[in-house]
Amino acid sequence: MRTVIEGSHAVSYGVMLCRVQVIAAYPITPQTHIVEKLSEFCASGELQAKFLKVESEHSAMASCIGASAVGARAFTASSSQGIALMHELLHWTSGARLPIVMVNVNRALAAPWNIGCDQIDSLSQRDTGWLQFYCESSQEALDTVIQAFKISERVSLPSMVVLDAFYLSHTYEPVDIPDRERVDKFLPPYEPKYKLDPKDPRSFGGLTGPDTFTELRYQMQQSMEQAQSVIVEVDEEYRKIFGRGYGRMEAYRCEDAELVLVTTGTVTSTSREVVDQYRDEGKAIGLLKIKAFRPFPSEEIRRNLKGIPKVAVIDRNISFGSGGIFAEELRSALCNEKERPLVFSYVAGLGGRDITQETISNVIEYTLEEDQPKEASLWPDLRR
Amino acid sequence: MKMERSFPEEEYFMSGHLACSGCGATLGMRYALKALGEETIVVIPASCWSIIAGFFPYSSLKVPVYHVAFETAASSATGVKAGLEMKGDSTTTVLAWAGDGGTFDIGLQALSGAAERNEDFIYVCYDNEAYMNTGVQRSSATPFLTWTTTTPVHQTKEEAKKNIMEIMAAHRIPYAATASVAYPEDLFNKMKKAKEIKGLKFIHILSTCPTGWRLPTQLSIKAARLAVLTRIFPLYEIEYGEKYTMNIKPEFHPVEEYLKLQGRFSHLTDSEMGVIQENVERIWEKLLKKAEA
Repeated sequence: MRTVIEGSHAVSYGVMLCRVQVIAAYPITPQTHIVEKLSEFCASGELQAKFLKVESEHSAMASCIGASAVGARAFTASSSQGIALMHELLHWTSGARLPIVMVNVNRALAAPWNIGCDQIDSLSQRDTGWLQFYCESSQEALDTVIQAFKISERVSLPSMVVLDAFYLSHTYEPVDIPDRERVDKFLPPYEPKYKLDPKDPRSFGGLTGPDTFTELRYQMQQSMEQAQSVIVEVDEEYRKIFGRGYGRMEAYRCEDAELVLVTTGTVTSTSREVVDQYRDEGKAIGLLKIKAFRPFPSEEIRRNLKGIPKVAVIDRNISFGSGGIFAEELRSALCNEKERPLVFSYVAGLGGRDITQETISNVIEYTLEEDQPKEASLWPDLRR
Repeated sequence: MKMERSFPEEEYFMSGHLACSGCGATLGMRYALKALGEETIVVIPASCWSIIAGFFPYSSLKVPVYHVAFETAASSATGVKAGLEMKGDSTTTVLAWAGDGGTFDIGLQALSGAAERNEDFIYVCYDNEAYMNTGVQRSSATPFLTWTTTTPVHQTKEEAKKNIMEIMAAHRIPYAATASVAYPEDLFNKMKKAKEIKGLKFIHILSTCPTGWRLPTQLSIKAARLAVLTRIFPLYEIEYGEKYTMNIKPEFHPVEEYLKLQGRFSHLTDSEMGVIQENVERIWEKLLKKAEA
């Protein structure tokens, strides 16, 4: 069914179609519309799930962990301070190998208070063992929620589906809501191999020592590596059934490009327009949209950027004392290559500042002009 | 003469566990599981019981155990119960089993949330009155004037023990009770009763800790019994936050009978023990009034 809905509601529909069994959530702007809609689905019976209205994000994730441990499909959504509060349990989820899916609406972290979009909340969770997917459109958000459950349940690691605050969460777009029957076929019920069960009593998460811990961590790393291909397989299967797919990344007009912009989230859409304008003028500018952040698709990035002289990464985040986080990741993916592009790191759009076509053009012009970036991180929308 | 058994013979807690000798927390679990039976899932946050339950890949319990983060006993148990219900299992009992640190302090918010929502599980706080697993640091369950490693002899705990039972009563949960490892039948019966009630059940067990209390291990049960007899730890039940029932009304025993057994109180002067005695009497009288009302 094709309809015009808010990005948040697209997520809620995705969750409903996945027949999630337990939802535990705590409200935070700009995540609220997701859980409000899910409350309605639960109240109306469209979704047969227990919605636990817990007293904090920390408890939300703890409850999801408990539910997932007995074999129920579990979901939560959060943002900003909420996911920061959850941090301890994000490690717990992946360590416990539970395929929980969370939607995080990217919002800046205080102090000072700010409810606008930037990515520091989810990127601060980089090392928690969660898969992370950054979405460009409402359609992609809905589709990615469905894919994420399938991927997570195959690799026994949790997934975070990430949306830009307001640009995506509160924006109305045409969205195709897939048929329930086809989603049921794509995503069968969750049946874990091991679960808390009095008929098969086992202990989970007990004390370990140095004789076993390294192996458990190695298995997580192997599962992350396995996820690289699982993401692609699941996406291809999804494309066959629903006619849409996204991959781990998308290379847009990168052929023979003298400069490739690298983006994530909604700024990708604006960048497409700018790239088209440059191409119309005969200038070879390309665009690489990165969707999967964990596992980081280094191999595919190297393939896509082979022979490209310059790369401009637009990061809606900042790792203080270093630079844009996607730029850092990209550099580490490229550093062992004999021939590799120059990487320019741009930090823009923090705390909900719009990344305009003008900002993107300035990024392109500077990158084309300079032989080397003059600073470790360049701030094209900074008011000086 | 053949003694009649008070409990089922089945054991769900095995030898080879990792508790200190004389540990009250082991007895509490043993009696609790005898009452609840094999259809039980135990949720254990960071506590001595994270160790007692066994080192991977061993488990000292015959029922499923879920080890969870320190402050999440109640929120994890909430999720376990919700998941079970959604999987069509409405009979398995979920038992959250936390220490005083995980209950009175870091886990109180999650416990309050679960209590307000009246989630359907049993929450046991086995209270050994300090952070024993990390080496006897004070908690908000540590009594007035007690020595711990963070309240040393010249600056012992200046505050009273937090009244967790009144906090739970204020949430009007269907059932809250205190219990003692020195009164196993009473503990067993309370667990049985809790199992049959829908909603949040809170059982507060005073759990002797020879290591942290500086108490000879062979006096563990004696100390637990004296805590009840001196009225320092009364045994009672609260239903829906209103109906108070006293289970035992002991004759007067001076508090020093209890205090003098334990090294953690060895610094107390006669006048300090007098203050403790007065406090105990005042709280006891208030409790009696509530039970008579």
